Formats: sequence, C-alpha cells, structure tokens
Amino acid sequence: MLGRTAASLYWMSRYIERAENIARLTEVGYRISLTPDTGFGHREDWKSTLVAAGGYDDYMRRHSEIKPEKVKHFLLFDGDNPSSVRSCLETARNNARAVRTALTREMWEALNSTYIDFASVKSADLGSGKLPEFLDWVRQRSALFRGSMLGTLLRDEGFHFSQLGAFIERADNTARILDVKYYVLLPTNEAVGGDIDAFQWETILRSVSAHRSYRHVYKDRYRPQNVADFLILRPEMPRSFCFCYGWIERSLESLSEVVGKPTPSLTEAHAILKDLKTGNMDAIFQSGLHEFLTEFLKRNNLVSAHIADDFHFN
Amino acid sequence: MNIQANAVETGTKPNPPAFFDEMRSSDGSIRPAYQKIAEWMNRQSRGGMARKQEEAEAIFRRLGITFAVYGDTASNERLIPFDLIPRVIAAQEWRFLERGIEQRVRALNLFLYDIYHRQEIIRAGRIPADLIIGNEAFLPQMMGFDPPGKVYSHIVGTDIVRTGENAFFVLEDNLRTPSGVSYMLEDREAMMHLFPELFAAHRVAPVERYPEMLRQTLESVPPPACKGDPTIAVLTPGIFNSAYFEHSFLADQMGVELVQGSDLFIEDGALYMRTVTGKERIDVLYRRVDDSFLDPLAFRSDSTLGVPGLFDLYRAGGVTIVNAPGTGIADDKAVYAYVPDTIEFYTGEKPILSNVPTWRCSIPDECGHVIDNLHELVVKEVHGSGGYGMLIGPHATKAQRTEFEKKIKAKPSNYIAQPTLNLSTCPSNVGAGSAPRHVDLRPFVLIGDKIRITPGGLTRVALKKGSLVVNSSQGGGTKDTWVLED
Repeated sequence: MLGRTAASLYWMSRYIERAENIARLTEVGYRISLTPDTGFGHREDWKSTLVAAGGYDDYMRRHSEIKPEKVKHFLLFDGDNPSSVRSCLETARNNARAVRTALTREMWEALNSTYIDFASVKSADLGSGKLPEFLDWVRQRSALFRGSMLGTLLRDEGFHFSQLGAFIERADNTARILDVKYYVLLPTNEAVGGDIDAFQWETILRSVSAHRSYRHVYKDRYRPQNVADFLILRPEMPRSFCFCYGWIERSLESLSEVVGKPTPSLTEAHAILKDLKTGNMDAIFQSGLHEFLTEFLKRNNLVSAHIADDFHFN
Repeated sequence: MNIQANAVETGTKPNPPAFFDEMRSSDGSIRPAYQKIAEWMNRQSRGGMARKQEEAEAIFRRLGITFAVYGDTASNERLIPFDLIPRVIAAQEWRFLERGIEQRVRALNLFLYDIYHRQEIIRAGRIPADLIIGNEAFLPQMMGFDPPGKVYSHIVGTDIVRTGENAFFVLEDNLRTPSGVSYMLEDREAMMHLFPELFAAHRVAPVERYPEMLRQTLESVPPPACKGDPTIAVLTPGIFNSAYFEHSFLADQMGVELVQGSDLFIEDGALYMRTVTGKERIDVLYRRVDDSFLDPLAFRSDSTLGVPGLFDLYRAGGVTIVNAPGTGIADDKAVYAYVPDTIEFYTGEKPILSNVPTWRCSIPDECGHVIDNLHELVVKEVHGSGGYGMLIGPHATKAQRTEFEKKIKAKPSNYIAQPTLNLSTCPSNVGAGSAPRHVDLRPFVLIGDKIRITPGGLTRVALKKGSLVVNSSQGGGTKDTWVLED
C-alpha cells in the first residue's frame, strides 16, 4: 500500500470521527442552553463547548463575544473553521477521493452522500428546534460510514490505518472533553455534590453517549471518580482511553507484522496501554487529573507522529 | 401519456428528416434492432421516465461519477447528463466496425514503429517528411527505440460517426490517453439497475470485461528488465484532474495502485512507489498524464506530475510506459488525412472504415477548394484541440470567414477542412418524451499480445435540439450502447 494512501485513510477516518464528536459536543451545548441557568451562565457552557472542540481561540479572534447562534454556525458550518462539521466532512471526502481504490463502494457512498446532503443544509434552516434532529443525522451518517467499513472492508493494511485514525481521534476527543470539565470532577467538589454537579457530570457522559451505560456499569448515582474511571480506564467503554488504545495496539501489531518489525508507534502504544491497564483513579487524582490528561494528549499526539513516520505518510 | 417512439417533435418538422435515424427508417418503420426498444418506449409513462432519470442521477452522484470543471470553484464537480434510452447496434454492423477498427489500429501502430525507425513511408514518398519531422507531436527522443511488443498505442478510443445505413466514418483516432471508458462501464451498470427487464428481452454483448482485458493487455507488455509477473500502476495527475474519477475507477477495477508523481521515485535502474513498508517496484505504468508532463528531465522541466528520469528508464528497458510517449504524431489532424494511405502502405489492404473527407490546405489545389467553399466547411487548426482555432463555416459570419481566409492563406499547412457532418440520430429521453438527437461513438480498443475490442463503446449525445456538438463541456451527454448478439 502506498504511504500516501495510508495517510489518506488515516486522516479520512480521523475527520469523520471528529465530525461526529463535534456534533455530540454541539448537542450537549444546545441541551445545556435549554435548561435553567445553572448558576454560572449559559455563556460559560458554550465557551467550554468551544474549548473542548478546540476552536475557542479561533472563534474569539473572529467574534468578539459568545453568541449561541454564532457558536453553532462556527461549529457546524463555518468553512474557515477547519474543525467545523462541514470542514471535517469535506476534508474526509477529499482524502477518500484520493484513495477511492482503497475504499469499498459502500464506504464511499456513505461518505459522499453525507457530504452532498450536508452541503444543502444552511445554519438558517436549523431554527426552531430542528437542530437536534440534524445533529442526530450527522451521528447516524458517521455510524453508517463506520458500519459500512466494518461490514465491507478487507481486514488488510487499509482497515488498520482507518482504525488508527478513528481511535487516535476518539482518544483525543475524550481527553479534551474531560480536560475542559476536569474541575467539576475534582474530589474537592464532591463535597458540594448538589444538583448542579450531578448535572455537569451527566453532561460529560452525555457528550460521549455514555450517560446510560454508566448506570449499567456502576449501578450508582454519578460520582466524579467513577465518571473519570469510566472514560479513562474502563476497557469496555467504547470511548475510553483504554478501549481506544486496545484497538490502536491491535492495529499497530498487525501493521508491524507487515513491516516485519515492531515500529516505534507500537512501542509507544504498548507503553500507554500498559500504563492505563495498571493505573488507578486514586493515583491519577492524586497526581492531578489535569496533568494526567495533558500528558495523555501529548503521548497520543506522539503516537500519531510516529505512525506518520513509521509508514511513510509523506 | 406515454413517451411514444414516434417522437414528440415530429409535428414540428414538416420535411422528412435530413439525418439518418438509427431507430427509424425514412419510411417511418422501426429498424429490426430497435423493435423491442420501440415497444418498450411506448409502454413507458412520462412520469415513470422522469423518476428513472432522477434515480439515475442519484446513482451517478452518489458514486461520485463526476467531472471537474476547471475554474469553477463553487460546484467544481458536475455530472455528465445520462440519456436513458440505449443506443442499439446490430450484430452485423458491429462486426463490420470491429474489423475496420482492428485494421486501423494495427496499421497505426505499424506507422508509429516505422516513423520512429526507418521511416519507410517517408522514403516511399507517401507522406511529406516535414509533416512528421516538423510536427510538435513527433518525439525525436523515441527514435530507434523498440517499445515492448512493438506496441505504441495500447489503449485507443476511435471516434466514429455515422451518416447513413452503411456510412461510418472515423473522425479521430485518439491514440494518446483517450478517456471515457468509465462512463461506458457505469452507464451499463446504471441501465442494468434501472431497466433489468430490457436486458432480459435482448441479448446484449457484455462490456464488463473491459478492466480485466485492460489488465491482461498491460501485463502482456512487461519491460525487458521485468522478471516474473509485472506490477502495474495507474498514474494520475491527481484529484483535481477532470478525469480523476476514471483513473481511480480503472485502478480499482484492475486491483492495482493509483499513483501520483509524488509517490514515485527511481532507484538503481527501477521505478518504485513509496509504500507503507518502504518501496515496491512498478513494471508497467498506465499513465494518464500527457507526454510533456511525464518527466521533467526529458520534457517540460516545470512538471511536478511526473517522475524525474522516467523517460531514460523507459528507454533502458526498466519500465513500460502505456501509451508510449510520442503516439500523438499518429492522431495529429494533419496526419489524419494520410491514414487511409497509411493503412494500404502497411497492410496492403483497402481501408475498411473511411476517413471523413479532408482537404489539406498544405496542398494548393485542395486549399483553393477550401477557400472557395468556406461557407459549408469546418476548418480545423492541425494541432488545435477542443474547438479552439476552428471555423464552422455554415454558422460563421461573413467577417469571420474573411478573417479565417486570411489565416489560411498566411499559413496553409496549419489547416485542414472537412464537410459539416450529418451525424446520425438516436431517440433520446428529453423530458417531454423522446426525440431524435445526434450521436457519435467511441469504441475502446486494447492492443497488447492481441487486439481486444469491447463491443459497443461510449455513445455521446448532443442533448440540445438540433445540436451536432456532443462534447460534455457543451451540453453533451452519454448513453448506454448495446451491441446485439445474433
């Protein structure tokens, strides 16, 4: 497989995953804006949504203040925001177009029709409660793409590069969401324990579609320690670090076999997964959740850089 | 309301049609090959056809079968209109075309071998030396080189027009990098999806084997340095090229890599592509990049689409370039007029397919005829393409004709002239029902260890009423082309 093909598959999947995550974040932001003021204002919530989406600075450079309509436009439709859902779908599609031969027809159709249908929607069309339906649609399309891939793509190198892109991005997103809200998870806050906190915790879980599965796993009310544990260490939670790295490791092992020797990216992924498997939340909270998340984001980026080197992306 | 085979526009045409219609004879009867198509058309409702038309568009758009329009940023991918009514070619008509095409491509490859070697045809005085040597399309770098299998043009798209019952003419030979084959294949896919019952009622020769035959053709011309099974790749200029869809489609259908210049490099006398494990050797490169961009060291030095050193490697036998560089000399418009002669020269046979009558302004008598008849001729610049530097006499103003006359007189050898052709018509789906529209035909020919011709080809149709221009850039569409089996 060409290095360029591998790079395109990797970035295609990253951007589809990102589009889905931005849609989730927007949905949560919207939801919060519909609930009574929780004490520190809706603006703060849209701000944290922007931060989690990685676009706060960019947004503030162009808009002097946070206005819900502008934020929604920025996150979903703004072609100048490289991480807007529109930009993500376009980048994903351009990558897919460059490697049409490596995709199945189902995958291409799922992505291409999403792109085409999305292009006909404008922010103005989404007034009066149509937003949730639209965001549902984005998530469904992402799920359709993933399903097409899992159902039709040969389990060869192309599959693994695509998986790597999706899981590196997903781990990155989960880490950012946690990092934006890490202060509500700090043990000192637990003493407060009021409705507002419970609401904040639920928000975090909701943004990764885990508010119901949480209860299945913990059979308990929301507790910050559990929320963090769920999203970081639980191997059965499909958006947790541990889950993502399980798949990253598997794909890198398969690719290392193709190359004929373990690659630096695999070595690093091994180390990360080992740390996650042996880690526990008490220790993480003790040394600082924010510090832990910052370090994880750094290591995740390093794995991404190694992948590009190891497999001749350029 | 149905979309009756007896066209909706007949009422507006008092005179008998001036054009040969492939479905309907001049006495109004339906030709045998179209019998079932006509019956089927009579059964279709207008609304039903409109729905099928929408469905077809949705299929093409979803598959991404689009062509890029340069400089059009807002919607830089467009669909080529698809005409639902298939064009039918009877078995015996196709046998005739097939023989004619085979003879022609064989002769043109012999011609290319000759002019890049001993140039017997020039020595014999059958073609003027400066028409070849002074031609931009002639590549002196190819002199004395034997391409694998002595094949120069492996993939040919011969443009054929029809003007009467038995009147077929070759309009252009297209020996460089002809495109359109993906439309032929996808048009068939779409038709089988939309109208399976029509296929059940006919014996339509399949076209689906084209990618496999292309692969066999490419595998049959490995370079001397290749040991074992040759590795094939398709070279594209990239996703912004207007035919990118076709490049990726063909690579995919053949199961080979689609590469860009930046993926390739030359090392130790071999061509490699950069892969995830390092590198992999390429033996046969089906390039969809023009000659001048292939190798910045041999041709245009500003090209980033090719590979430095590729041409030297080719000459050294390290890689096969398909089609060979320099094939353009054989489909040059000035050389075109000599093709019937060329066929006789190399094969000793009379040409089976005729040329469109062509006057060469380089020859004084013929030039005089052209000047005297400008009002009814099409004048073409010999190296031009795509309608630039072209005069369509019957549609030109007097001033335009006078200006062209001056141009011709200033440099006669730069021009040829042909009559305006009465292209045949086929029934087309035109919203209000069906109506005759002008068509041409591009069959696709593969030349390797043997000659393989896919039955049918790409039919382009001028969807505008009365238009004779089938180019997609000017409102032309495509339709599925059926060769009926006996």
